[in-house]
Amino acid sequence: MTILRAIATRIATTLVTLFGVAIIVFVVIRVAPGNPIAMMLPPGASEEDIARLTALYGLDRSIPEQFVIWLGGVLQGDFGTSISLRQNVLTIVLGRLPATLELSLLALGIAIVLGAALAFVATRWRETPAEAGVDVVNGIALSVPDFLWGLALILTLGVAWPVFEISGRVSPTLDLPFVTQFYLVESLLRLRLDITLNLLDHMIMPAVALALPLAAVIAQLLKASLKETIRQDYVMLARTKGFSESRVILHDAMRNALLPTLTLTGVQLTFLIGGTVIIERIFSYEGLGNLAIDAVINRDLPLIQGIVILFAVLFVGINLAIDLLYAILNPRLRHG
Amino acid sequence: MSAPFLDIADLSIALKAEPNHRLLRSVSLNVAPGEVHGLVGESGAGKTMIGKTIFDILPHAVTVLAGSVRLGGQDILTMRHRDQRQLIAHTSALIPQDPLTALNPVRRIAGQMTDRLTAILGLSRGAARDRALQLLNEVHIADPERVLASYPHQLSGGMRQRVLIASAFAAEPKLIVADEPTTALDVTVQKQILRLIAEMQERHGTALLFITHDLGVVAKICRKVTVLFGGSVVEDTDAESLFAQPKHPYTAALIAATPRYDRPEDSLLPVPAEVIESTWQEIRRADAAWAEARR
Amino acid sequence: MAEAVLTRRRRRSWRLILSGGWLGVVVIAALFAPLIAPHDPLAQDLLLQRLPPAWMAGAEPGYLLGTDGLGRDVLSRIIYASQVALTVAFVAAPIACIIGSVLGLLAGYYGGWVDQIVSRIVDVWMAFPPVLFAILLVAVIGTGLHSVILAIIVIDWIRFCRVVRAETLVQRRMDYVDSAHIVGLSRIAILVKEVLPNVLPAIVALLSLEMGIAVIVEAILSFVNLSISTDDPTWGGMIAEGRTIIHFAWWVLVFPLIVLFLTVLAFGQLGEGLKDRFDPVLQ
Repeated sequence: MTILRAIATRIATTLVTLFGVAIIVFVVIRVAPGNPIAMMLPPGASEEDIARLTALYGLDRSIPEQFVIWLGGVLQGDFGTSISLRQNVLTIVLGRLPATLELSLLALGIAIVLGAALAFVATRWRETPAEAGVDVVNGIALSVPDFLWGLALILTLGVAWPVFEISGRVSPTLDLPFVTQFYLVESLLRLRLDITLNLLDHMIMPAVALALPLAAVIAQLLKASLKETIRQDYVMLARTKGFSESRVILHDAMRNALLPTLTLTGVQLTFLIGGTVIIERIFSYEGLGNLAIDAVINRDLPLIQGIVILFAVLFVGINLAIDLLYAILNPRLRHG
Repeated sequence: MSAPFLDIADLSIALKAEPNHRLLRSVSLNVAPGEVHGLVGESGAGKTMIGKTIFDILPHAVTVLAGSVRLGGQDILTMRHRDQRQLIAHTSALIPQDPLTALNPVRRIAGQMTDRLTAILGLSRGAARDRALQLLNEVHIADPERVLASYPHQLSGGMRQRVLIASAFAAEPKLIVADEPTTALDVTVQKQILRLIAEMQERHGTALLFITHDLGVVAKICRKVTVLFGGSVVEDTDAESLFAQPKHPYTAALIAATPRYDRPEDSLLPVPAEVIESTWQEIRRADAAWAEARR
Repeated sequence: MAEAVLTRRRRRSWRLILSGGWLGVVVIAALFAPLIAPHDPLAQDLLLQRLPPAWMAGAEPGYLLGTDGLGRDVLSRIIYASQVALTVAFVAAPIACIIGSVLGLLAGYYGGWVDQIVSRIVDVWMAFPPVLFAILLVAVIGTGLHSVILAIIVIDWIRFCRVVRAETLVQRRMDYVDSAHIVGLSRIAILVKEVLPNVLPAIVALLSLEMGIAVIVEAILSFVNLSISTDDPTWGGMIAEGRTIIHFAWWVLVFPLIVLFLTVLAFGQLGEGLKDRFDPVLQ
């Protein structure tokens, strides 16, 4: 009963949030001086032409009027037409989303593995120089953002010792027989491992750049959690059975510590996805973030709106899912 | 006998979310000026809840359903907020359970003691400092200057509690509520603190409501006793007759369960399950009657 | 055990010395740029394009870190660019800090509708990817130093608001807040005297971290060509140019990147170190 009401309230606030996002984006980009239509037409276009196109995109109406029309369309799945690309916004945005999702999920996987590995090392060899080393690495990874990691990776593993590709999502010469935009998933399903490798070759550096700050957060929280767990009686008991310290940590402690830690780092996942905007730009990766920056530079209002709303839905959805997961995992909350 | 200074009448408290499940069940309690009154009960009986109500610092999730809490005849639950804070500040003080969390960790003792004195008594800074030194002397702190300059974590638990006792008596309140003031301390320090509180009470003639789970302590310092079980008063009498001839079976069992140094073999008999069950039945009957009356 | 505490404390003071030292160097470089910089940062010389750093073959004496695609001295540009970076750090971060902390304190302490309003606004802000938000704002209000600073304030106040609100919620439930209430201190007095000092270490650490973030945001905006004018040197602008000619002149990217890296790292570590310094319990 109580939990159902809590969930309903939470979903209601989520809708309020999305509405707030829609209003802010809508107002902010329309306050901008200058007419985006004039910018897209060749110089010397007549006043009439400009007026005609402005009316076509509905930009001659008042801002509240435009908002109502746009919101009405959005609720029916119509996000309008991109001014610079002259295509349906939803089609463009959904076409780019898989690239960003694949990159984010790969980064998330790297962050979890790396974070867990660091936490394991610091716990297994606690109070030795190894733990101090992990703390230093964590401190650096925490205060340096993904933007700088991306550039540092390009310089080192991209240029000085060229191991990985530094731009694009996949080699343009490669023939892709795919029906979806989820290249990585589809290449695996079709067992085209040559393409998988080529994709990974492009994705590994941006993914690592995105993953490093999150890996540090996970390592820090997980380390604290592990250190507490290994003092619990059931872990002590496992140790008396003669298992090795590593096995005890991995088998008995890690399992209990990992899931709560990951729910704690939920908000950080949205930070990671937010980081794709600039990381995609640095690596010329054809995802949503790169598209967003182009849209802002081209003053393509319908496209900007569409992308920002999509990001907002993604973020709000992730936060909602994490809150619900947390409520389910936490018995005190469930029965409270 | 003079009119009670603290007069709690028919007080009922519940969680806002579950108003039918009362945490305090029509509790009444009187403390006369200058009297030392024990409030006894096991953990969860609602002792601390009563203490918090006297200062109106109940958690937000809890609400008062009925009853009154009078300080010197004025019901603090119906007063204007500002008048209520003034009244409480000028007449009452709390000696809290945990002397560590009751002191702000990032402020020196001097500031925490003197801004109470300036706030309540309107003393100047210099005068407040002199008064603080004098009070620290009264609670037998050997180097008050050093204590005033310290942060809470630099003092021992016993020292912190002495500071809080000094603070409580600072503005010569009419009533002091001591909420299990010794439970967070080492056994060796507990006796000293207890003796100190009794000594200070005698010197200042303050009414003292002593909240504890330990009947042994009650026997030592209290004139009157209220026994609490499951949020309701099961016995309210003077200390002598309580120990001589307890009226309620729960009280009798509680006395039997209190460690006795003279007869260790009789110590720590648990309160029998049937006594607990019959007391609960009593409470449930009272609950039903109460719910009926409110309808 | 005592030894562990000692080594940790020693590590802490090293952290303060190193990060503070580096930031001191940057501050001096920014203040005395005209005296220190060997060349005019804007002087182009097409005969001196893409000169390598002094220790490499083909270098020209006097151009310690080489020149960029237009023959401008990389070292001089890095030194002048620190002025922009520090201006952003020391103006945008403190203002965002004050706005966010005040709102966080009020929301956390008073709760109720104040908290509801602040929390809903924070929710909306959290639904934006911050980098995209910054790019959007600057594109709308126009490029320039003022716009960059304004955008950072508008976006990053919520970092302070979230942390301060959460800390205040914890402090509000502490016994000493009840004690102060019993004694009759007013709510404002309790907020300022009892709660704020406990939240301060977190605010100080975050402020220092935020200064680094502000420097990065400025660099990102320069990188996508939206910060200040393209001629005036900024670390981000130099990095953007270096990214395009990375295969011919890596030094145009590497040196500003190293400086940016160290500066951001120093701000972060300084914050961690100061947090411990401000906490009397850890002293």
